Amino acid sequence: MGKLRALWMRVFALFGFGAKGTELDAEIASHLQMHIDDNLRAGMTPEEARRQALIQLGGVEQTRQAYRERQSLPWVETLGQDIRFGIRMLWKSPGFAVVAVLTLALGIGANTAIFSIVNGVLLNPLPFPDPDRLMMLNQKEKNFEFASVSYPNFQDWRKDNHTFSSMAISRGYYFSLIGSGTPEQLDGQFISDGYFDMLGIKPLLGRTFTASENLPGAGPVALISEGLWRRKFDGSANVLGKSISLEGRSYSIIGVIPASFNLSAARISSRDIYVPIGQWRNTELQNRGDGMGLRVIARLKPATSIEQARADMSELSSNLARAYPDSGTAVGVTVAPLKERVVGEIRPFLLLLMAAVGFVLLLACVNVASLMLARSTSRMREFAIRTALGASRRRMVRQLLTESLLLSITAGALGLVLASWGLHAGLKLLPDSLPRANEIGLDPRVLLFTSFISLLAGTLFGLVPAFKSSRIDPQTALKEGGRGVSGLRHRAQRFFVITEMALALVLLVGAGLMVRSLQHLWSVDPGFDPKNALTFGYTLPPSMLSANPEAIRAAYRNFDDRLAATPGVEAVSQSWGAMPMDSDSEAVFWLDGQPKPLTTDAMNCTLAYIVGPDYLRVMGINLLKGRFFATSDNANTTTVGVIDDIFAKKYFPGQDPIGKTIVLDGKPDRKVEIVGIVGHTRQWGLVDDDAQPLRVQLYTAWMQSPDGFTKLAPSGIDEVVRYKGDLTNVTDAIRRGISQMSNQQIIYDFTTMESIVADTLASRRFVMILLAGFAVLALLLASIGIYGVIFYIVGQRTQEIGIRMALGAHRLHVLRLMLWEGIRMALIGVAIGIASGLALTHVMSKLLVGVSATDPLTFAGVALILMLVAVAACYFPARKAAHTDPMQALRSE
Amino acid sequence: MGGKTEVWQGTLALMVLKTLEAMGPLHGYGIARRIEQTSGELISLNYGTLYPALLKLEQEGAISSEWGVSDNNRKAKFYTLTRAGRKQLQREAQDWEQANTILARFLAPAGEV
Repeated sequence: MGKLRALWMRVFALFGFGAKGTELDAEIASHLQMHIDDNLRAGMTPEEARRQALIQLGGVEQTRQAYRERQSLPWVETLGQDIRFGIRMLWKSPGFAVVAVLTLALGIGANTAIFSIVNGVLLNPLPFPDPDRLMMLNQKEKNFEFASVSYPNFQDWRKDNHTFSSMAISRGYYFSLIGSGTPEQLDGQFISDGYFDMLGIKPLLGRTFTASENLPGAGPVALISEGLWRRKFDGSANVLGKSISLEGRSYSIIGVIPASFNLSAARISSRDIYVPIGQWRNTELQNRGDGMGLRVIARLKPATSIEQARADMSELSSNLARAYPDSGTAVGVTVAPLKERVVGEIRPFLLLLMAAVGFVLLLACVNVASLMLARSTSRMREFAIRTALGASRRRMVRQLLTESLLLSITAGALGLVLASWGLHAGLKLLPDSLPRANEIGLDPRVLLFTSFISLLAGTLFGLVPAFKSSRIDPQTALKEGGRGVSGLRHRAQRFFVITEMALALVLLVGAGLMVRSLQHLWSVDPGFDPKNALTFGYTLPPSMLSANPEAIRAAYRNFDDRLAATPGVEAVSQSWGAMPMDSDSEAVFWLDGQPKPLTTDAMNCTLAYIVGPDYLRVMGINLLKGRFFATSDNANTTTVGVIDDIFAKKYFPGQDPIGKTIVLDGKPDRKVEIVGIVGHTRQWGLVDDDAQPLRVQLYTAWMQSPDGFTKLAPSGIDEVVRYKGDLTNVTDAIRRGISQMSNQQIIYDFTTMESIVADTLASRRFVMILLAGFAVLALLLASIGIYGVIFYIVGQRTQEIGIRMALGAHRLHVLRLMLWEGIRMALIGVAIGIASGLALTHVMSKLLVGVSATDPLTFAGVALILMLVAVAACYFPARKAAHTDPMQALRSE
Repeated sequence: MGGKTEVWQGTLALMVLKTLEAMGPLHGYGIARRIEQTSGELISLNYGTLYPALLKLEQEGAISSEWGVSDNNRKAKFYTLTRAGRKQLQREAQDWEQANTILARFLAPAGEV
């Protein structure tokens, strides 16, 4: 206790509290006085009395020293001195301090932000317990590895597998909520029982539903999201047992799902409302051959490998294929880690960014090292003087370390600010498809690591003068003013600048290649015209859900007419099935006249678009031959179809497809006569379409859909619209027009086709923006580096320049001489950068489209930019050299 | 050597505490003189060394100090033993006696052990 108390007292004394040095002086004075009094009483003369008292007291200075050291903590006081001196030194060269701190802060900030994002997204994307055991299961079909799963198959999988502890299914669905307030389209999901238990999500209130509640015919129950609960039920605790009217049917609310369940990835996402899939009144659900957009997630049993699960599922699948030979389109089961499905696509992009930001950190370190070296050289004389005055090497190292630490701490603090700012900016730019973006925070380990690395770089080179000065004879250093050792410095600094140039070039090339890729992609013809085209979802009033097909068709015709009459609307069409770059749908067929294939598997596959007569006008697709649909194609006329040119080439090579007939959907009576050929649209996106196995496209007329199909439409169908003028005006007009028709129908999700196309490029755009940002940063750092070194060289050679000019050298000549110093370094750096770039860019070749990883134009372009910036950076110090006054330069030393 | 012993490290604090226990509040000079007298003039104390030791004891809370007036009407800083100091004195005195006993046995003529 005593020791601790003593330490506490000493710390207090550091800040001037408690006993003061003057008190000791008073105490000693009183001590002496009393001693002298005693001596006088003992009969000494006053002089003798004083002398004896002083002798017995001993050395007053030593006492003071011992007292002072005891009083507080001497090493802390020295540190304080160092810090004060360090601040003074940095204050005296604000340019150096600002550049060094900014460089470090940018390096630390950018790295911390990017590494935090990458860590958050790649390493830990799923906010569930034990996420590595969650698998996504898909049916494997001829053209698809990741086809959706039919409900009967799922039920058998769940019953008969041996490797999963739980398995659940989900399917997105829009429910119209009518009755409380404005009619609203709820983003909902059909799920099987056990879905939330498997993910480890506990309801905020109430419970999840049981297996018996999932059976068809059970009383309708629903789970609602925390968001909907707060919005519609004011977060009231007695929401349980209340009913909610979906599509005109009353569901009893049994639980509230917390907002922390905010996953949005791979089409499993958090929704407003969850309903047992057994409540889905869709007869197709029980069809083993129909996927219906169902997604299956399963949790592996403990100590079970993914290979075991694959073997298990593959056996299960072939058993099912034998048991139901007619219905199985599946040739197997794809078992993939959910994490992989969620982040697989973005991973190469993020890794590229990580590499790039690593380069930026390296550049920042080199820059700081070079700055420290330049500064230390200019302080050679100061350290020589201190050595001459007897300063120990240890003391000087300590001083320099303190200064480096000061720089780094300032830079670290600023870096932290930049990092959190960069993190927010970065997360905003992140493509929406990325999971958990709103949960990502700064990673303190990353911050520590980057701070440490940059600190190390600064410190190592900052210490050089301390070691040098103890080796060099102070006399020489003083005489030479530091020039005696400058040869080596020049070399080291040149090396740094060349490295910076090379690093900057590599980053610039990377960014340039991404820019060129995107440029290329924007010029790719998607096969349709996304400009001035928009799409939205539409549901008929709930009463139409059970209407007969003729009434439904009439309602849609009516709706289309009203929509087409809206101001600003030029053309409208239904769009069901596939939508370019947005959703896909496929159909099986065989050519009429050929025998029916034995299994669905053996049939041909095509992308299926179910549209209205004006679809080509809305989407701006070219008609190549024949005709498109007309209003006269209806339920009573011949069923007609239109194919794209790829379909024509693949299935009717060298023939005229028009007039030919195909048999659709595996039903011999569903014959479709081909009446026209249109241009191909890039269903799979600008990048991936060429490589996809399934590209052939078939359009059928919506008004000729089979009755069973038509009956599904009232619960939601997409409309596409070509408009002119202002987008907001048009959407407002559409909304107004529809609410005038009836307040029981709902339109939702207005999206422009342009944004759908842009979304397919979101990851690339994200990477391009960040890479470009890094490249600009690199360019800035490198130009600061080369500027600093030329500035330094000019300073060192002032005398030489003076002599040259005194001997008749022209200013222009001096300017050229100094510029050449910089250009030479830049050239070497660019050469090394090009060589490393050629070696490195191939790792990103997978991310490039329409441009080779060694694209000469990009390389030449960025080399030119870098050279121009380097020359500009050298120009200012070179001009200063050219304006040297020879007389002054010669006189200065 | 003049026959006087330097103060051993660590024992000075004990002497100070013992002196304050015996004498009550006392100033630095008085403590120094008292230590010399008690030792029978066997110890030569460099008075100056006393003050850092007093500071340490005060920081540790064993003694407290206060300015006052000496018998001869001089202004002086008086030190007083605190409760913690009294305990510390007891503990250290015990330790010291024990150490003494042990050493005494070692140093005694061989036959007596």
